[in-house]
Amino acid sequence: MKKASLREAYGRTLVELGRENKDIVVLDADLSGSTKTQMFAKEFPERFFNIGIAEQDMIGTAAGLAVAGKIPFASTFAIFATGRAWEQIRQSVAYAKLNVKIVASHGGITVGDDGGSHQAVEDVGLMRILPNMTVIVPADAIEMAQVIRTVAAYNGPVYVRSARIDFPVIYEGTDYKFQIGKGNILREGNDITIMAMGLMVHFALEAASLLSLQGIESRVVNMSTIKPIDRQLILNSARKTGMILTVEEHLVTGGLGSAVCEVVAEEYPVPVKRIGIKDRFGISGKPDKLLSYFHLTPQDIVAEAKQLLNSKPRLLRAVG
Amino acid sequence: MDFIRNIDCLRQIAREVRKDILTMLNKAGSGHTGGSLSAVELLTALFFAKLRHDPQKPCWKDRDRFILSKGHAAPVLYAILARCGYFEREELLHLRELGSRLQGHPDSKFTPGVEVPTGSLGQGLSMANGIALAARLDGLSTRVYVLLGDGEVQEGQVWEAAMTAGHYKLDNVCAILDNNGLQIDGWVKDVKNVEPLAPKWEAFGWAVLEIDGHNFGEILSALDKAEEIKGKPTIIIAHTVKGKGVSFFENKAKYHGVAPTNEELERALKELENA
Ligand SMILES: Cc1ncc(C[n+]2csc(CCOP(=O)(O)OP(=O)(O)O)c2C)c(N)n1
Ligand SMILES: [Mg+2]
Repeated sequence: MKKASLREAYGRTLVELGRENKDIVVLDADLSGSTKTQMFAKEFPERFFNIGIAEQDMIGTAAGLAVAGKIPFASTFAIFATGRAWEQIRQSVAYAKLNVKIVASHGGITVGDDGGSHQAVEDVGLMRILPNMTVIVPADAIEMAQVIRTVAAYNGPVYVRSARIDFPVIYEGTDYKFQIGKGNILREGNDITIMAMGLMVHFALEAASLLSLQGIESRVVNMSTIKPIDRQLILNSARKTGMILTVEEHLVTGGLGSAVCEVVAEEYPVPVKRIGIKDRFGISGKPDKLLSYFHLTPQDIVAEAKQLLNSKPRLLRAVG
Repeated sequence: MDFIRNIDCLRQIAREVRKDILTMLNKAGSGHTGGSLSAVELLTALFFAKLRHDPQKPCWKDRDRFILSKGHAAPVLYAILARCGYFEREELLHLRELGSRLQGHPDSKFTPGVEVPTGSLGQGLSMANGIALAARLDGLSTRVYVLLGDGEVQEGQVWEAAMTAGHYKLDNVCAILDNNGLQIDGWVKDVKNVEPLAPKWEAFGWAVLEIDGHNFGEILSALDKAEEIKGKPTIIIAHTVKGKGVSFFENKAKYHGVAPTNEELERALKELENA
């Protein structure tokens, strides 16, 4: 299985954008080697600003650059971007409705050895609750490159989450075109819908293959835009399969699962089961070990899917 | 706008601005009196004698920018923007009302002449730096002015931004510190001392000028001088009096965040008239 780095896709795309548009500027907070903004810094040193270990100041500076008509991309690890600088993002970016792109690496537990202090499990929630903010979690390096191009052309605040580890490539050789606010159906099925974000999209596809061997056909959706969420597709899936399983490398509160529940609860109640991290922080370990530990493997998705399918009649009685 | 350099004229404007501030705060029934009054001369000098801006074209690209980092002093900014012609003075009487363009704290989404939203202290200097960096990239002659409170500089982000401006040698940034000695809970020196200020800013790579922030002669010459200083940002530490111009508001922490009552307004307007 081919894997590719989302961070490198980001760095490469920034360089391309930098060549095309002199208003693209990039900021980092002493992590340009990790976030790959260094690639841009090498080619455009005059348009790269290392603000040092000062995330709040980095966000404020990016806001100022946007006020003056630049298109700033600000990068650091997800937890520092959305945690340390949350209120700066709220006031100086979202409230001001400024054209700032916050692209953070190291989302989720697959950060690995560094441990819970460095694993953002709440970043999507922190960004999703902010008015004016768009939140995107790409599923592979190809989508990442498309997302970066798309958000550069979109006028408004955006948060993009990537990861430390390489992701399996999903979209190679397809004519997929990322659109803000549109989920992407990767596999069709009538029995259950599995909606996922980020790395979990690939796992959902693997789970769907395993389920298919057992005669269960799943619709698999890459819900890369968490906000604005694709209500249409959620409701269509709820009607079609009567139940939804969400999968995210994030707390089950605040992220994709919550967003899906909000839509179905208000408009077309069907059973939803949220797979993700349950009210706890991350810990040190190798990414694959951690994924097993947190029950975020294709096998876990299969088990949860079957449980949800088994409970369908009972749940439907409850709803009906 | 054409510059007014005549000090008597500027004094006249300052007196009218003070009246507007007190009147609008009284009408609104809430808001920040002390920190608005301490900055009247600073903002009057800036907007009428220094800032290259055009109320008819608020988005003119090459304009100088002003950021009220101590956003709670919105009334002084609004009073001055109105007097410059960004909107009618009548609108001041709708401060803080539902549907008004004049929000409790400055909001660039609504108010012409307001560059960025502020109100959460400590964030203005970072944004000023961003605008200054962009101006440098674009080869614009824009200068960026930012007004800080002396309590505000207790915020860590201010010093992150101070370091950034020093590092990038942003000589198109001019900070002004409204050094009125008071914050909400009392004297700054008692709550958490921020002195010595000048050596701190110097150590961060800034040029420091110290003035009487109510003396137009000193303000104008400091603003002129700041423009001549190359290779580093400048901060003007302006010694001011919180509540300045109304004897019974002066130097009282209590009047940081309360509006004048009807009776106080009447007395204050009389006092200003006779000053
Ligand atoms: C981040 C933040 N914390 C607290 C406040 C509440 N607050 C509003 S004004 C103020 C005191 C400001 O003192 P100073 O900067 O000296 O302003 P001035 O004396 O000029 O009014 C405080 C604590 C705020 N607006 N923002
Ligand atoms: Mg003060």
